[in-house]
Amino acid sequence: MTILKSREAILALAILALLAVIASRFPAFVTPGNLARVLTDTSPLILLALGQMTVILTKCIDLSVAANLALCGMVAALMDGMGVPLAVILPAVIVMGAALGAVNGLLVWKLGIPSIVVTLGTMTIYRGTIFLLTNGAWINAHQLSDPFKALPRMVVLGLPIMAWIAVAAVALLGLAVARLPLGRALYAVGGNPHAAGYAGISVGRTQFAAFVLAGALAGLTGYLWIARYAVAYVDIARGFELDVVAACVIGGIAIAGGAGTVGGAVMGALFLGIIKNALPVVGISPFWQMAISGSAILIAIAVNTLGRRDPGRIILKQAEART
Amino acid sequence: MQAEPTAPVLSLRGIVKTFPGVKALDGVRLDLFPGQVTALIGENGAGKSTIVKVLTGIYQPDEGQIMLDGRPVSFPGAQSAQKAGVTAIHQETVLFDELTVAENIFIGHAPRTRWGLIDRRAMRARAAEILRSIGASISPAARLRDLGIASRHLVAIARALSVDARVVIMDEPTAALSHKEIAELYELVETLKRQGKAILFISHKFDEIFRIADRWTVFRDGAFVGEGAMAGTSEAELVRLMVGRSVDQIYPKRPATIGAPVLTIAGYSHPTEFEDITFTLHAGEILGFYGLVGAGRSEVMQSLFGITRPSKGACRIEGQVRVLRTTAQAVDAGIVYVPEDRGAQGAVKGLPIFQNVTLPSLPRTSRAGFLRLAEEFKLAREYTQRLDLRAASLDQNIALLSGGNQQKVVIAKWLATKPRVIILDEPTKGIDIGSKAAVHDFMSELAGQGLAVIMVSSEIPEVLGMSDRVIVMREGRLAGEFTGAAMTPENLVRAAVGISQQEAA
Amino acid sequence: MTTTTAPRQIPNRLTSPAARALKSWESLLLVVAVAIFLMNAMASPYFLDPWNLSDASFNFTEEAMIAFAMAMLIVAGEIDLSVGAIIALASTAMGMAMSLGAGTPLIVLVGLGTGLLCGAFNGALVAGLGLPSIVVTIGTMSLFRGISYIVLGDAAFTGYPASFAWFGQGYVFWVITVELVIFTIAALVFGTLLHRTSFGRIVYAIGNNATAARFSGIRVDRIRFILFLLTGLMSGVAAVCLTSRLGSTRPSIATGFELEVVTIVVLGGVSILGGSGTILGVVLAAIVMGLVTFGLGLLNVPGIVMSIVVGALLIGVIAVPRLIFKLRT
Repeated sequence: MTILKSREAILALAILALLAVIASRFPAFVTPGNLARVLTDTSPLILLALGQMTVILTKCIDLSVAANLALCGMVAALMDGMGVPLAVILPAVIVMGAALGAVNGLLVWKLGIPSIVVTLGTMTIYRGTIFLLTNGAWINAHQLSDPFKALPRMVVLGLPIMAWIAVAAVALLGLAVARLPLGRALYAVGGNPHAAGYAGISVGRTQFAAFVLAGALAGLTGYLWIARYAVAYVDIARGFELDVVAACVIGGIAIAGGAGTVGGAVMGALFLGIIKNALPVVGISPFWQMAISGSAILIAIAVNTLGRRDPGRIILKQAEART
Repeated sequence: MQAEPTAPVLSLRGIVKTFPGVKALDGVRLDLFPGQVTALIGENGAGKSTIVKVLTGIYQPDEGQIMLDGRPVSFPGAQSAQKAGVTAIHQETVLFDELTVAENIFIGHAPRTRWGLIDRRAMRARAAEILRSIGASISPAARLRDLGIASRHLVAIARALSVDARVVIMDEPTAALSHKEIAELYELVETLKRQGKAILFISHKFDEIFRIADRWTVFRDGAFVGEGAMAGTSEAELVRLMVGRSVDQIYPKRPATIGAPVLTIAGYSHPTEFEDITFTLHAGEILGFYGLVGAGRSEVMQSLFGITRPSKGACRIEGQVRVLRTTAQAVDAGIVYVPEDRGAQGAVKGLPIFQNVTLPSLPRTSRAGFLRLAEEFKLAREYTQRLDLRAASLDQNIALLSGGNQQKVVIAKWLATKPRVIILDEPTKGIDIGSKAAVHDFMSELAGQGLAVIMVSSEIPEVLGMSDRVIVMREGRLAGEFTGAAMTPENLVRAAVGISQQEAA
Repeated sequence: MTTTTAPRQIPNRLTSPAARALKSWESLLLVVAVAIFLMNAMASPYFLDPWNLSDASFNFTEEAMIAFAMAMLIVAGEIDLSVGAIIALASTAMGMAMSLGAGTPLIVLVGLGTGLLCGAFNGALVAGLGLPSIVVTIGTMSLFRGISYIVLGDAAFTGYPASFAWFGQGYVFWVITVELVIFTIAALVFGTLLHRTSFGRIVYAIGNNATAARFSGIRVDRIRFILFLLTGLMSGVAAVCLTSRLGSTRPSIATGFELEVVTIVVLGGVSILGGSGTILGVVLAAIVMGLVTFGLGLLNVPGIVMSIVVGALLIGVIAVPRLIFKLRT
């Protein structure tokens, strides 16, 4: 308990320290308006990191989320072009994302194929499908309807809808993970799959549910992404799955499953989002971003793994007294 | 003391369960009566674990009937068995580190609020109630990862009692418990009996069975061989049913000439596992290490084998100081280790038998790093034959062998390296009687040839029957050394639990 | 437990290696390769032209060189997702050496050396610190390529010496390219290493049960380190070939390489969970992938659609046997 709590505390402190360092030179960065902008900009990463967290908790990994996002986003843009109202597009992309996640989940659950293989495959298939749909054509801002583009940017109570959606997702998933039987099952399945069977929890079904959730979030984010950047093409969000995994690893989600929190995933995403937004402000070339996030992953995994290392059995009485 | 039972709560009739190549259960029957403890007795591989899994809905039987109150039922999943009031305290750890105690107790059947969320308050209150009823002072809000082994066991028991159980299955519940905890468990069993629950008690320990069971059922090789009341039976009778023949308790220990010191350990210490371990092992000697489970014996042996590093202390082999930081260094020094956890540490499942045998001897069977299969087969044949291995071919995957035969392969692997010291950690745990005798016989032969042998064992008859000398450990320290006439069960147990505890005698 | 009474003399083998080979994944791949070859030959009159076939080999040689080392790594139960990024960093290092006036031999040495260093870095984190390889190499994937971006930004190194072009564009004789020769040598070396030496045997042992391997006196971490080193080295070799073939270095070079390499390895019958697989399977899988890509190319199918086929192939080859098994029982 203390280890887990302190790991998130360390990350929170690291984020605050990062903000303090930036603020000492560039106070404008920490104004509420700019922080709101950073949060909005990081919303897609937060949404996908939440989904990825549930998948990783069950000992799986989903490398297809970015391709899922891109495909759903493109479908949303195409639907918009056909004049479909936004009220239909939104549920449609969520269902479609969930269905693409369900494909991953079914292959893992019913055929027992390792998730890394399944999602490596579906990643290329989903992205290739965008090409089949569009023949490689771009959909630009002027081809998208105004309501389609406006929704994520609409400001409510000082924050754009896009950020509110991320906040709502964090709150809902936080509640679901803590209080729904399925949420607790994620930890059971990842922590001790064998025992989960004894407790009447199906490992495969829980993994399936996690993939569906991750897919649904990717589908929703697909619309938000296309609408906010007002452009859709095959290579949208290519490589974004690595940022998502990075956010989870930095957030202390154990890659072996069974351990990690919603708060951790969100902070991991925010950490990367702050760095990305701060680089141009502090005058470092954005080309540094990739190396910095790589280093952050390595430091985070080293800290998490070495901190979690089994201290061995405590047999001696005086050793027991010490701990 | 109990009246002859009226009708069984749960009966199994003609249960058959087959796995590819194995008939795990062959038409067995079992009756469980309210307010009575039925002991299920059998060797490893007799089908006890399989029947537990059938009863708890993990496995579905191929044939046969399960009857609850005389009506046929089926348990297609763990949930349905729980709903029917059948619950089990499993042998394996079936708990979740990241969840709280209350969540562990109620996972799969947590109370809900009307919104469908888990009702934490109700869950914690009920968990506290159950924990109190079994006398456990554990907070329901504590995270499981922060609890020790004994507390975890109590949580597992609380979980079994959290469903409105009519049948409670206890699968070797005392295996990891201390004397005090075992006494508390017996009290709990009595409480459950008074509440009218039917209890299935699986154990290897006859003293335990005779203390708390009312009835017995014996399985052998997946088949039912008999049942009856405890009052009308004897240990010898049950053993005869278990193994299908009478077993003489004579161990094949032959007197060996004890030679010069081979291994000298002085002041071996580890920050948390053991302290100030000092002893000498001689050629031709079998040195027994006795103690309660968790006394630190395996930990000491694994540090001699280079798995964990001691913080202090020296190791000499034939007078020469040796540093043992890796298993490779230990093997080079002539120390080899047959682990207790055969599946995880002993056998490389997936590789064929001959490759398991030659794994540490590859430098010898290969030339300039290139494999020579003919040499490998030769070496593997030589040593597996000496141990009377039963296998279809040397190319067979080791995972397909029985536990006893896997153990023979692991021992053969080490003998092929021509070691000076062989450490056997619980060498006959969980293997059939025939293989057990073969292992004992072979240990004796090895000592006769001048090999120095350390045998870690928790079975007193085995320790006394096989050892020339016995060292007892308690809580990570040496607690006594016994030879000759001083090697009595009483002395060993007294040293293992601490002299001050009067209950030992 | 088998209840058959065993003979006193246990035979070495019950099924001959030849009989086993006939039922193996590799034979199936061979049939698939021949089928695709024939289909291609029928579909396009240009296919059987030796020069076209020689060109087609570029579709798989660079990936396959790494795939051999990756196969050993995956057999041992680890994975390296940073191979594409290692190529980028090695290529960048070669570009820097070139711009500082280094000649071809030194450029090649810098490329190989960078690959080795990257492999050593991965190996030290995984084998030395005991971190999970999938996360470590996702991290180094960003780090290595990130360094290339820091060095190059949106610029590129061009103007490699003419003699450097030999590795990626040269021919040893007739239509046999230098890359094809390197591929063949690598296949033989890795095939021998994995299947004929004690080192290879130990790799299988670690992949099947690393704990038991350690309890058998094997220096597991040292072997893991060496495997990462080999993967880094082969990525360096691929970097030399690819840079030489393209004649320039951009930080985005070899993006997505890791996926193609892993696909070849898995298609080749190597279990992603470790413990089984052969180099022959990887060779055949590389050829199948090359033929599919080439055949689709002849039919003017765009690259991204081919990637759908590759993705479907990756899932299909594992899913179909399992599905058939499931439907049968």
